[in-house]
Amino acid sequence: MSTPPAAPTLIDPESISYFYDEEAEGFGEPESAAEAPRNPGMMVSAGVIGLGFLALVVSLLGMPLSGAWTPFLLSFGLLSAGTIGYVWFTYRDTVPGIKHDGIMFGNTTHRGAIAWALGIALTGFYVVLYWWPEYLSRAIALVEPLSQVLAGQPANQWFLYGFLYTMAVVLFGFRMFMRYRHNRYHIIRTISVMFFQLVLAFVLPQFLRALNEPEFYFSYFWPLKYDYLFPGTVDYLVNSPGALGSFMVFWGVACTFIATPVLTYFYGKRWYCSWVCGCGGLAETLGDPWRHLTPKSTVSWKIERAIIYAVLLLIIATTAVLWVSSTSEGALSAISAPLKQWYGFYIGAVFAGVIGVGFYPILGNRVWCRFGCPMAAVLGIIQRFFSRFRITTNGGQCMSCGNCTTYCEMGIDVRAYAERGENIVRSSCVGCGVCSAVCPRGVLKLENGMSHGDRYPGSDKPLSAFSEAVSKGARVYGDRDGYV
Amino acid sequence: MHAVIIGNGVTGVTAATRLRQLQPDWKVTLVSGESAFHYSRPALMYIFMGHMTYEATKPFEDSFWRDQRLDLVRDWVTAIDIDDRQLVLHRNGRLPYDRLLIATGAKSNKFGWPGQDLDGVQGLYNLKDLHQLYKNAERASHAVIVGGGLIGIELAEMLHSRHIHVTFLIREPSYWRNILPMEESGMLNRLIEEQGIGLIKETNLKEIVDDGTGKVEAVITEFDDRIDCQLVGLTPGVSPNTDLVKSTPIETGRGVLVDNAFRTNIPDIYAAGDCAEIVSRNGGRNLIQQVWYTGKKQGKVAGEVLAGQDTEYDPGIWYNSAKFFDLEYQTYGMILNTPQPGERHLFWEHPSHRHAVRIVGVDGCIKAFNFMGIRARHEVCERWIAERRTVEYVLDHLEEANFDPEFFVRHESEIVRSLKEQLA
Repeated sequence: MSTPPAAPTLIDPESISYFYDEEAEGFGEPESAAEAPRNPGMMVSAGVIGLGFLALVVSLLGMPLSGAWTPFLLSFGLLSAGTIGYVWFTYRDTVPGIKHDGIMFGNTTHRGAIAWALGIALTGFYVVLYWWPEYLSRAIALVEPLSQVLAGQPANQWFLYGFLYTMAVVLFGFRMFMRYRHNRYHIIRTISVMFFQLVLAFVLPQFLRALNEPEFYFSYFWPLKYDYLFPGTVDYLVNSPGALGSFMVFWGVACTFIATPVLTYFYGKRWYCSWVCGCGGLAETLGDPWRHLTPKSTVSWKIERAIIYAVLLLIIATTAVLWVSSTSEGALSAISAPLKQWYGFYIGAVFAGVIGVGFYPILGNRVWCRFGCPMAAVLGIIQRFFSRFRITTNGGQCMSCGNCTTYCEMGIDVRAYAERGENIVRSSCVGCGVCSAVCPRGVLKLENGMSHGDRYPGSDKPLSAFSEAVSKGARVYGDRDGYV
Repeated sequence: MHAVIIGNGVTGVTAATRLRQLQPDWKVTLVSGESAFHYSRPALMYIFMGHMTYEATKPFEDSFWRDQRLDLVRDWVTAIDIDDRQLVLHRNGRLPYDRLLIATGAKSNKFGWPGQDLDGVQGLYNLKDLHQLYKNAERASHAVIVGGGLIGIELAEMLHSRHIHVTFLIREPSYWRNILPMEESGMLNRLIEEQGIGLIKETNLKEIVDDGTGKVEAVITEFDDRIDCQLVGLTPGVSPNTDLVKSTPIETGRGVLVDNAFRTNIPDIYAAGDCAEIVSRNGGRNLIQQVWYTGKKQGKVAGEVLAGQDTEYDPGIWYNSAKFFDLEYQTYGMILNTPQPGERHLFWEHPSHRHAVRIVGVDGCIKAFNFMGIRARHEVCERWIAERRTVEYVLDHLEEANFDPEFFVRHESEIVRSLKEQLA
């Protein structure tokens, strides 16, 4: 430090300031940002939402509003109408395009107090739903008239849950239409998830109940809907009074073992995860405001791989044990029942529900899909090794801004591939297409190629390319020399 | 062997990583006063608009540098001691080097306007500027931006996102007309005005007015019009940053003078990226390239040269891209703002003014493309230009160049019909 420079000092040190410690202080929320202008339509819509909320609270507190339909329409009807109106008036006069201004400053969207409150409320709702449904009796009574119309039977907590879930997908699906009205991929994909949720995962199962058939969800398959291939469910369906039971068993088996590999080969995992699946549907609609919160670090990728394949092995083992137990006169029955119960509780309820949706505002909208879902694991293995789907990158146009990585709900460091001009073939990619939409340089494109062999060198022999890369010491992408 | 790189922008970092690949055992040090870690400069705007956090603009995780044994020094280099092969650092004494790469980038131009150093007047190039913009934006309801280039429109978009009213003062008769042909430039004028941004054309800045406390209060144009504002963005382009080498024996022109292998006139000292001026071998114009892509491309070659490889920089076929508010722009091959002698320009624009294509041919062969609101495949466009495909061939195969997302409305049939009519 004290050595006097031998060469003339060309920059005067006095003029230099280490002006800012960007690592410690970052660039956060502006202190006093001007508010976005609110138009009268937004105010009125907010008022309607408020009235709907009031009606909901009044109904839940047990102050009777006369008539069966009145409380239902006043609460959910006004909430829905207000939400649609608010979204419409918010985006109506904006220029079509990416709408991410202020996302990282928002209390709701960037882990502020509102986000935590929402997270706690959602988590609390799931806890009550699974373990103390008796506290939901008033809410269940609210949807009773709808249940009578659709299913001809009294509502229970699962009908309430299905109704709220579907309402969220439809209302926030409309929000997706408005935000992405410049992008037909997102519009069509959102129509698809709305359709599958509304028709196959809500209305149809209730109609089946009305027809005295089993309540069956045609858009969910084993291993996500794990009990659809359990011996108990198969027995129940085959022996059910309605005529459709056997078809449902056939449908479940065909979707798991034929449709899944075939469709994934042609279109990648996305045909299910971001077009059909109800969990994906909720993530892509209600969860969209939080998609950027998914952790992106290499560590999170390691955790993802450890957990998701462990869950897959667990459900395969559970299913196998149940079948052995059911066909061999009680062998393994000592472990089969507890295993089934354990999986249902910790994975089916705690992981998929409480954490999967409850943590949306904190850990992003795909916690379950990324870290837990065994269906995603199976689809991912097929996608990684035998699928025509890939995200291609456009030559040298990438400028490493990181919008793609930021908005990847699956935590993939898309930029790491894009900046090297490499195709992205990752087991976790659900093909939502947002990386492509947010790219300001037109670098990313979701494509189904003519074969799986032209995605990158060695992908015509994916398994040997994989093992060779591992043997050469490729760890994860973090080291940049080789990754698998 | 110890290689030291001044600057951790895209050129310095690309050179460092390439060097590490080729010379696993060398000691490699990156010195930067601006930031502790490499970040993506073009992403500055997304931090301000709240699209991304600062952390997310770093292309590499912090552990990458340790894993790759690339040493990072947060310091300003105040002098280069060429005789002793040492850098003089502001805080940390002296840093010896065996090979040195100067990748100091560029700095914002200032033209000596009265009031240009007032509080609230700034450019937009680095983290310091961004930090300053955070402060300046707090008290601004109206901003004036002087200079209609890419940084100017980015700054306009940034301020607009925080509901600050923006007036854009440009010298040209139309936005970015010094680079873009009239039609494309016209689409952007429309876009700017559609956003509610005032666009004042063919007008120079005369002075910036002090409010009496050292803060900006207004600007006055050359026609003596006064525009009240609390923030002035000066974005009349950038120039190579040669401050460090200006009075050393290292030769400079507009930038640090280098040959095709980024060698300066001093042995073992190299320069690349925005700060470098590549001397033409055949007496043509020297080459100064100041966009992200060329910085990256030059950095890769500079890393190879540092590692001792016998290689040269080939600029290749020019390309670039940008996004103006919600309109994407890509260009392949060189298109100047007016048709050059011998060039044939074909242009199609969608009635919505959100999509356009320009195809430039010379002697019936394809020379260049502009795409507005349509994504095109880099590899295909570049190959057609390199192979000197005929314009007819390009039109017949235009759909192969499309890179728009699935389900997007395709315009090829309209484009080809219209362009073929022009050709006939």
